[in-house]
Amino acid sequence: MMTRQQFRDVAWGGLWKQNPGLAQLLGLCPILAVSTSVVNAVSLGLATVLVMAVANLAVASLRNFIPYEIRIPVFILIIAALVTMVDLAFNAYMHSLYLVLGIFIPLIVTNCIVLARVEAYAAKNGPLASTVDGLMMGIGLVWVLALLGGVRELIGAGTLLSGIDMIIPGAEALNVFGEDYPGFLLAILPPGAFFALGCLIAAYNAINARLAARARREPPPAAPDQEAGETAAAAS
Amino acid sequence: MSDTRYTTFRTSLRTAAIMVLFSLVFTSMMAFTYRATRPAIQASELEEQMRLIDEVLPRDDYDNALLEDFVLLGRTPALGIDGGRVWRARMEGEPVALVIEAVAPNGYGGRIALVNAVRDDGRVSGVRVTSHRETPGLGDYIDPKKDRNKIAPWIGQFAGISWVDTDPARWAVRKDGGSFDARTGATISARAVVGAVGRATAWAAAHRQALFAAPAGSTLQGETQ
Repeated sequence: MMTRQQFRDVAWGGLWKQNPGLAQLLGLCPILAVSTSVVNAVSLGLATVLVMAVANLAVASLRNFIPYEIRIPVFILIIAALVTMVDLAFNAYMHSLYLVLGIFIPLIVTNCIVLARVEAYAAKNGPLASTVDGLMMGIGLVWVLALLGGVRELIGAGTLLSGIDMIIPGAEALNVFGEDYPGFLLAILPPGAFFALGCLIAAYNAINARLAARARREPPPAAPDQEAGETAAAAS
Repeated sequence: MSDTRYTTFRTSLRTAAIMVLFSLVFTSMMAFTYRATRPAIQASELEEQMRLIDEVLPRDDYDNALLEDFVLLGRTPALGIDGGRVWRARMEGEPVALVIEAVAPNGYGGRIALVNAVRDDGRVSGVRVTSHRETPGLGDYIDPKKDRNKIAPWIGQFAGISWVDTDPARWAVRKDGGSFDARTGATISARAVVGAVGRATAWAAAHRQALFAAPAGSTLQGETQ
């Protein structure tokens, strides 16, 4: 079983401290490829969350049966099988979304963050804690993807949530800058992904540095501010 | 010594057996999912094809089961394909139109796949791009979903053609002396699509009778090679 403190640590690690997109910088290939719009980014992010949670659960449950020497091939086998099943399920039950994301779903197999969490966490912890870890790491990836997709879509095309009608029929995209916005192509092309991610990481580091500085000014023993304290530990 | 070697051998054997077991279990899980989802996947693929054909040829214009009434093609340079299908639309048994898959090899980002519906009198009924890698926001207006002009999308001009002419000179963008508009700054995408539609339309005119005469599901023989 998990204690509250463990849960908080795992959640905080996935969402902020060890965020896959901003701190671990794992799985950049899909991040850069699909973050051209919010809908694309979030959809692939959610598929990744599903795969990470299930892969972590499967590996944590089977960890005592997997010999150490062949753990990596077995992990990859498990992840590849799960991704294949998610791919087929998407194709069968959400076909219009599959037409957009179809080429990216197999990329989840090569997403190092899935294998990294399986190897670093699920192979050493129980099923419940591992599932929570997979979920939190995945959600950490989703919010970064959503932000990145939003920034690129807004600057590149002047819209938000374009393509939402593929998921919710009848829903309409927001035209933030009006119909006449000329668009800024660079933001949608691959270099735009690097620029936007670089700015996000810079902001992330700046926030961490500010939190650490505040934690130094107010010594933890007086008022143990949980979040600031942990970030300070991470920064040091 | 022999003891160690014996255990090493046993360990390897055991590890290999476990690996095989894992492979079997997860492969059968994948096979099961594949079988379970196959009907739904096939249904949605057919639906997708039908939705596409509806955009190039109105459903009221024919009464046959269009998706089942097709002719297979081998390598057909005129259409830019190594193999594909032509669907035949009929009304009360009479030929109405041919729905042709074609590829423009010379897009800015490579191949542009499209479907072109050609009516029996040789006019184009409609064209849709099915896959392309043109620059987002620049050349991708050839796909009406990405076209900023929603009221009169660029690809719509094919459906409005009233003339029947297979002269390649006419199947070109205005800049090259042809009859078709292209957006400034992204002529290459338009040039590729217009050329491919022209070649497919001419091909349809030349092979119309052979195409309609061939039995459903057969492969068209002869001149297309």
